[in-house]
Amino acid sequence: MTGIALVLHQFRYDQRVFWRNPASVFFTVMFPVMFLVLLGVIVHGQTIHTKGGIDATTYFVPAVITLAVVSATMVNLAMSLTILREGGVLKRLRGTPLPSWVFIAGRIGNALVTALLMFVLVTALGRLLFGVPIPWSRLVSLVITLAVGSASFCALGVAMTTIIPSREAAPAITNLIVFPLYFLSGVFIPEGEIPSGALHVADAFPIRHLFDALLAGFDPATGGAGFELGQLAVVAAWGVFGFVVALRRFRWEPRI
Amino acid sequence: MSYGDLEAVRGIDLEVAGREIFAFVGPNGAGKTTTVEILEGYRERDGGEVAVLGVDPADAGRRWRQRIGIVLQECNMQPELTVRESLELYAGYYEAPRSVAETIELVGLEGAADQRAARLSGGQRRRLDVALALVGDPELLFLDEPTTGFDPSARRQAWEVIASLRDLGKTVFLTTHYMDEAQALADRVAIIVGGAIVAEGAPGELGGRSVRATSISFRLPAGVLTADLPAEVAEAIGGGARPAVNAEVELRTEHPVAVLNALTSWALARDLELGGLEVRRPSLEDVYLELTE
Repeated sequence: MTGIALVLHQFRYDQRVFWRNPASVFFTVMFPVMFLVLLGVIVHGQTIHTKGGIDATTYFVPAVITLAVVSATMVNLAMSLTILREGGVLKRLRGTPLPSWVFIAGRIGNALVTALLMFVLVTALGRLLFGVPIPWSRLVSLVITLAVGSASFCALGVAMTTIIPSREAAPAITNLIVFPLYFLSGVFIPEGEIPSGALHVADAFPIRHLFDALLAGFDPATGGAGFELGQLAVVAAWGVFGFVVALRRFRWEPRI
Repeated sequence: MSYGDLEAVRGIDLEVAGREIFAFVGPNGAGKTTTVEILEGYRERDGGEVAVLGVDPADAGRRWRQRIGIVLQECNMQPELTVRESLELYAGYYEAPRSVAETIELVGLEGAADQRAARLSGGQRRRLDVALALVGDPELLFLDEPTTGFDPSARRQAWEVIASLRDLGKTVFLTTHYMDEAQALADRVAIIVGGAIVAEGAPGELGGRSVRATSISFRLPAGVLTADLPAEVAEAIGGGARPAVNAEVELRTEHPVAVLNALTSWALARDLELGGLEVRRPSLEDVYLELTE
C-alpha cells in the first residue's frame, strides 16, 4: 500500500476502535451533548451580558463545540496514545513495516473527523432544540477556525503524552489541565461572570482563544465574514509548540 | 550492551541457522531480553557485530521489517478489535501477507475469530499475538517468553502453535526461562547467565547430558535394610548415593540396565514391592540448575 492508502487503512480501524470504546464515546460525544441540553434548558431565554449582550443558548453552542473539539482531539489523543504506549502496542507497531508517521496520521485523522462530526452535531442540536440560528454567512470562517483549532489541539494532545508517566495518570493529568481552563475561559460559566484576572490567566492558553473565535462565528452581532485572525494566531502558535514538543519527545516504548 | 556501569550482556557469540527453532534460556535478569531487543532493532548496542537476515538491525529499515515477526513479552493488541480485524489491520502493513483466515486457523482461533481481543483468555490472546507476528509471512520470528504466566493447558496450546512454525519453514528465536519449554520445542539451546553464554547445543546433549549418570530411586519396604540389597545395587549406592531417608533410596549409575535388573530380580525373588520406583536421566532442568547456580 502507498502512504495515503495506508493512512486510510489505519484510519478505518481507528474509527472502529474509537466508537467501541465506551470511555472515548462518553467523554467526546455524550458528555458535550448532555452539557448542551442541560445548559440550554437552564439558561433558555436569558441574555448573557458580554460582547454587547448575547442570547444565552447562542453563547453556549460554541462553548460546547469548544469542549467537544478539545475532547475529540487533545484529550482523546493524550489518553489513547498513552494507553497504547504503556500497553506496548506502540512498541509492537514499531516492529512492523508501518511507517510511524502513517500511524500518527491515522490517529489524527480520526480525531479531526470526530471533531468535525461534533461541530455538526452540536450546531444541529442547538438549532433543533433551542432555535440557535446556524450562521451560514460565517460558515467559511467557522470551518477554518475548526480546522486550525483541531489541528493545533491534536499536536498538543500528542505532546501531552510526553508528560504523562502511566496509564493510570492519563485521565488525572489531562483533566487537571483542561477543566480549570474550561471554567476560566467561559466555556462552563458565562464570560461576564468571570473576574477579569481569571480571564487574563485563560488568555495565555489556547482554549479561550478557540472559544472566542467560535463565539464570534455564532454571535449574530459579528460583522463581516467573522474571521478572528488574532485568536487563531494564538491557537496556531500553541499548535506549533505542541508539534515541536511531540516531534522531539514522543516515545514509543512504555516507561516502565 | 551496558546500562551505566552495569554491563547487561557481554561477549555473546551466537549463530542461528535458517529454519531452526533456537531457544535462548536463562534466569530473569540474565540478559535475554536485552539480547533479543538488540536483534529486533529496538536497542542500540555499545559494540560488537550483529547481522540478522544479513542486515545490521541498528540501521535496518522497512524492507527488513517485512521479513521479521515479533512477539513481545506482554500481549499487545488493540482490545477493541476482534481477532479477525486485528489481523486484517496488521496484514495491511505488509507487502505479501498470509491469508487472514489461514493464519487464524494456524493458531487455532477459528472459534474466537469474531471476538474482541479484550474478551479473549490469556492463552487465546497469546495465540493472537503469535498470529499478528505471522500474518506478514516473515522468515524469522522472535518470541520473547511466550508462555510466562500461563496455566499448563494454555502452555501446551502455545507450544503446539510454536512447533507448527517449524513445518512452515520459519526460523524461530525463542527466549524462555522454562527448561521444559526449550526441551519440547528447540533444535538448539543456549543458556545465558549474568550476560554471558555458559552452554550451547542440542537439548539432548547440553552440558554433557547424554553421557551423564542415570538416577534410580525407590522406597524400601518396612523391615528391609540397604544392607540386604544385592551387590550391584549396594555398589551403586556406595558410589555416590544419597543417604536413605525413611527408607528412600536414590542412586546414580552409568549402567542403569544392569543395576535395575539386579534390583528387580532381587525384589521379585523376595516378593517385595518397591514403592515409588523411578528411573530418570538428568533433565535439562538439572543441567540448567547446575550451570546457573
